[in-house]
Amino acid sequence: MINAFLQLAQVGTGATLVQTLLKSFALGSVYVLIALGFVIIFKATQVLNFAAGALSMAGAMFMTILISDGGLPLLPFGNPLAPAEGETASVVLFFVNVLIALALAALLGLVIERLAIRPMVGQPLFAMAVITLGIEIAIRPFNLDATALEGRRLGVPWGASSWNWGDAVVPKSYIVAVIIAAIAGAGVLLFFRTKLGVAMRAVAFDQEAAMAQGINVGRVFAIAWAMGTALAALGAIVYGMAPFPPGGSVSQEIHPLLALRVLPVIVLGGLDSVAGAIYGGLIIATAEVFAGQYLSQWNSTLGSGYSTIVPYLVMLFMLLVKPYGLFGTPEIRRV
Amino acid sequence: MAFNRPLLRTSYEQDAAIFPTYTQKGAMVAFGVFLVLMGLGAPYISAIPEFFLGPTWINPITNMLPLAISALGINILVGVTGQVSLGHAFFMGVGAYTAVALGGSGDEWQACVPFHEEIGLLEERGQCGLGLPIWVWLPFSGAVAAAFGIFVSPAAMKVRGLYLAIVTVGLVFIGLHLGRMFPEYAGDFESGRKWPSLDFRLWKEETPLIEFSEDGKWFGLIHLSEEQKQYFLLMALLGGFIILAKNLVRSRTGRALQAIRDRDIAAEVMGVPEFEYKRLGFAISSFYAGIGGALWGSYLGRRSPVDWSLFLSVDFIAILLIGGAGTIAGTMLGAVFVELTPEIVKHRTDWLAEQIDASNIFTPVANFLLTTGESGDFGPINIGTVAPGWTMSVFQWNFVIYGVLIVIFLIFEPLGLFGIWIKIRNYWKRWPFSY
Repeated sequence: MINAFLQLAQVGTGATLVQTLLKSFALGSVYVLIALGFVIIFKATQVLNFAAGALSMAGAMFMTILISDGGLPLLPFGNPLAPAEGETASVVLFFVNVLIALALAALLGLVIERLAIRPMVGQPLFAMAVITLGIEIAIRPFNLDATALEGRRLGVPWGASSWNWGDAVVPKSYIVAVIIAAIAGAGVLLFFRTKLGVAMRAVAFDQEAAMAQGINVGRVFAIAWAMGTALAALGAIVYGMAPFPPGGSVSQEIHPLLALRVLPVIVLGGLDSVAGAIYGGLIIATAEVFAGQYLSQWNSTLGSGYSTIVPYLVMLFMLLVKPYGLFGTPEIRRV
Repeated sequence: MAFNRPLLRTSYEQDAAIFPTYTQKGAMVAFGVFLVLMGLGAPYISAIPEFFLGPTWINPITNMLPLAISALGINILVGVTGQVSLGHAFFMGVGAYTAVALGGSGDEWQACVPFHEEIGLLEERGQCGLGLPIWVWLPFSGAVAAAFGIFVSPAAMKVRGLYLAIVTVGLVFIGLHLGRMFPEYAGDFESGRKWPSLDFRLWKEETPLIEFSEDGKWFGLIHLSEEQKQYFLLMALLGGFIILAKNLVRSRTGRALQAIRDRDIAAEVMGVPEFEYKRLGFAISSFYAGIGGALWGSYLGRRSPVDWSLFLSVDFIAILLIGGAGTIAGTMLGAVFVELTPEIVKHRTDWLAEQIDASNIFTPVANFLLTTGESGDFGPINIGTVAPGWTMSVFQWNFVIYGVLIVIFLIFEPLGLFGIWIKIRNYWKRWPFSY
């Protein structure tokens, strides 16, 4: 163990440390985005959204359809904002397409909330969570089938290019990921200060009391699902950018499991805490990336891909210390 | 037996009986005879499963049986004790790999010293195992899984409800990684390894005492095919475990577990030690999971670490909720429904594909639903070999149906198939009155 720490101090040069830190922040940004999606839905509707995996991937799929196929299937018109065949979009056009994809994802969230979640209001929490599992299973084949066997390109304008800061190589996508997560996180925090956000907090506190105060609880539910799905989709799109493992496309293997990797994040931060999602995402990603970077010489002992279970180990350790997360509300038990 | 008052109970034994009426006893015996005749391939009777599942109907049904044993376990944990777990696949995996370590094909323990650098070649992976007979590895696979369950159970004291569900999701992923870490037991991560067969040996002798992996006569009495032998073995084991589970639920222990499900603090106030019974719930549930996992691996012959994934756990939650949580009959109904529906859909689709050329009343239906995947041929179900596009194969549609069924059942019939049965039964019991 002591040896491990010595190695940790010796192996890395400064540049490695900077790169590793940046990578953890970038991965943390993805986690934060998806965790925010979980938290908003859980806060407003008390549903743990196990469908986040399929919904976020569906959002990323919308993006690839918009930008690579140039329009949605079965619709008579193409996407006028798609780049010409064989070209990549300009940065502005790319983000406009991202916004359209997010809008489509939000629409999907609205539909699902209306069809499957609204009839279940007042049912046990576990039943609601299992409903989302059913949605996950039902949507997933559409995602997988559309990805075919090779990943579908996201058409990121800057590709895998990077800047050089001294010795450190800084991929542009990582910086973009951090900026997007910062904007989204700030946006969510500000949202809870607006009238609608306050209404959502009231609904989270007590649905019936909120209704008695004249809050349209159904509308709050719908908005929460739209926002949650869009945030999860944004996370999946960001994760599709080049130096992240899917390599500039939506991957059939990596993307479906992305949201499940975020479960430790929301346990660490607390299921109903926005601040918890942000801190949790950064802590878990840092643990994962640093373990992946600095323990790699024991790869053969630890098994390849050991870094992906680090979040779960952190989560299990956390449960022994603080069962309801860093910022979560402890369950009040009555006899 | 008061014929006109079916709910009249005159003693406690009568109230706690598994089958309180002669009608139920008779129906159960008839059903048992039906299952045996079905396995023997009796005419007319075996035509029933054949209609739904095709001529190889015995394979999907036998495949379902070990999963039904595991489903009994999740019923005890989630349905009876009320501890939400998505980690059932992990415990199944523990049982299955215990079976492999004890009964696997390798003959020398020395080959199993885990030096990963030396186990590079694919052929050399997954060779570990002591080669012990089934009567050793089957109980052990249950016991080791139960030990893991006891090890995990303190988590159920720390966290409740959805948090516990997430923790157990973590277990499944850690289990998958263990499969990656120990290729000498698990074999290659994708292609897996061979499992010990179901053959009953006294020790490591060459010819098994009772064989389950070849066609032939049993004790010179009755000629059965390999599939029929496995069907009978697993059916008998399932029957035994059903009785065990049923007796557990209606005993003092079972009532204590149910008290914890209904409200754990109240149970503790009444003198039911919460932690001990939660631990017991985990242990029993994992025991069933381990046995089911070992038998499943052994029946299928080859499994890989990726087979014990989260989706297997979700299968069990679906079995429980579609069948009816907390009831043994509901769990069995759920297992049959969840595991056989995809097979039925698949068989009927194959049948529909034949109708395209037959030009009968079903041909337009087949033309509408099916496509070969070539351009100009539309239809939601792809039966061709063309690479996937926007139409999906039956295999993928089965997942969609499965997911939608979970949602529909939870919204419209939270008590599951068992709830539907209760409604039908009560309707006829009260007929012609509606109250």
